Amino acid sequence: MESIPSTPAELSLAITAATGLDGISQLRRLTGGASRETWSFHVGKEPHIIQRQRLTSPRDMHVEVGVLEAAYAAGVPVPRVLASSRDLVGDNPVGTQFMIVNAVAGETIARKILRDDEYASARKTLPAQFGSALGKLHRMNSAVDGLEDVDQIAFYQEHLRDCGQSHPAFEIAFRWLEENRPPVGRRCLVHGDFRMGNLIIGNEGLRAVLDWELAHIGDPAEDLGWLCVRAWRFGGAGPVGGIGAYEDLLEAYGEASGEYISLETLRWWEVLGTVKWGLMCISQAAYHLTGSVRSHELAAIGRRVCENEYDALLAIRELKKGKGSTRV
Amino acid sequence: MSELHDPPTAQQLVESVREWLESDVFPQVEGRLQFHTRVAMNVLAMVERELELGEEQNENYAAGLAAFQCSSEAELAEKIRTGALLSQEAEVEEFVMNSVIQKLRVANPKYLRDE
Repeated sequence: MESIPSTPAELSLAITAATGLDGISQLRRLTGGASRETWSFHVGKEPHIIQRQRLTSPRDMHVEVGVLEAAYAAGVPVPRVLASSRDLVGDNPVGTQFMIVNAVAGETIARKILRDDEYASARKTLPAQFGSALGKLHRMNSAVDGLEDVDQIAFYQEHLRDCGQSHPAFEIAFRWLEENRPPVGRRCLVHGDFRMGNLIIGNEGLRAVLDWELAHIGDPAEDLGWLCVRAWRFGGAGPVGGIGAYEDLLEAYGEASGEYISLETLRWWEVLGTVKWGLMCISQAAYHLTGSVRSHELAAIGRRVCENEYDALLAIRELKKGKGSTRV
Repeated sequence: MSELHDPPTAQQLVESVREWLESDVFPQVEGRLQFHTRVAMNVLAMVERELELGEEQNENYAAGLAAFQCSSEAELAEKIRTGALLSQEAEVEEFVMNSVIQKLRVANPKYLRDE
């Protein structure tokens, strides 16, 4: 197999060979995550983004390409897919699966969106825009191949059993989640990681929803609950991404989708999301502890697990008392 | 109790490094390196708190587990999962909540809500 183009000059040539995009300039690497790398470049004056899978990544990026195209067609604000390895005939000069999208200008850093003056008016409209975008997403008709529907409780219980640690708080949470599980809802495409950090925000509001890697088939309330997990409030007061009230999200969601999710159901999914993020913190620390990546940042995340234990137990205590509508 | 090691204590040593990061390094760096410096300062502050509180917390935790006839945390987790402690559900939840609060007193005391 040919080597994977790694320098900007090599990658630039490979992109042109693969897609016919000519006159590429300003190609530079933005981030290198565990599963993929992201580069930005210009074609003429138009800013583009290319994401390229790592060889070791187990995911199929072509599923994500299909999801993005379907979401775009349904009117969900997402970057537009301009080219991808899915549509190649023959060799892939870029080396691994890739997709190229138009770059959407704006801010993703939650602390800025939550605090800076230029987003003051956006903060008022965002909770409703989140509800509306999710409502459109969950109502789209087009089927996308390759998406899984996994029982969220069973999946994460197994995760807890296999992580090599004991967490009595999460056992209490799973017990409560099982006993209070809402009736199984409609199945639809869910984003899987819809939260501050994965959303591009402008001073007028939501511009694009990014990072569709974890999209799957599930209950529509899953995305809403995840958005309200305290970790994604980044210190902000409102439960919806740190800026809004539950009611604003639910109302806009109902208007866009025709489906009114109860606060009780939303909060159940928030508790599940809290446990899920706690378990994901264990996994992140494990990358360091097992030596696959050495990083004090990842190591420190292991000590954030208890934040999620605390939030889950607090929420359960509150919900048991019937204080489901509290705005904390 | 006599200590083998000479001063400074482990806690004081870690503190000295954290203070150096805060005063000399952090103001000189930016971007990703600044972020990682902040993470390092937070980690050292956590270690300082654990050195101060950890021993007593561990003793209390073991005593609390024993009160539920558990010799380890894993045993408590197992008993909650299987429902073996349902007759003491409220007491177990209170104990687990308190142990989580003890973890946060070391990991991130600012996270605790005033109640």
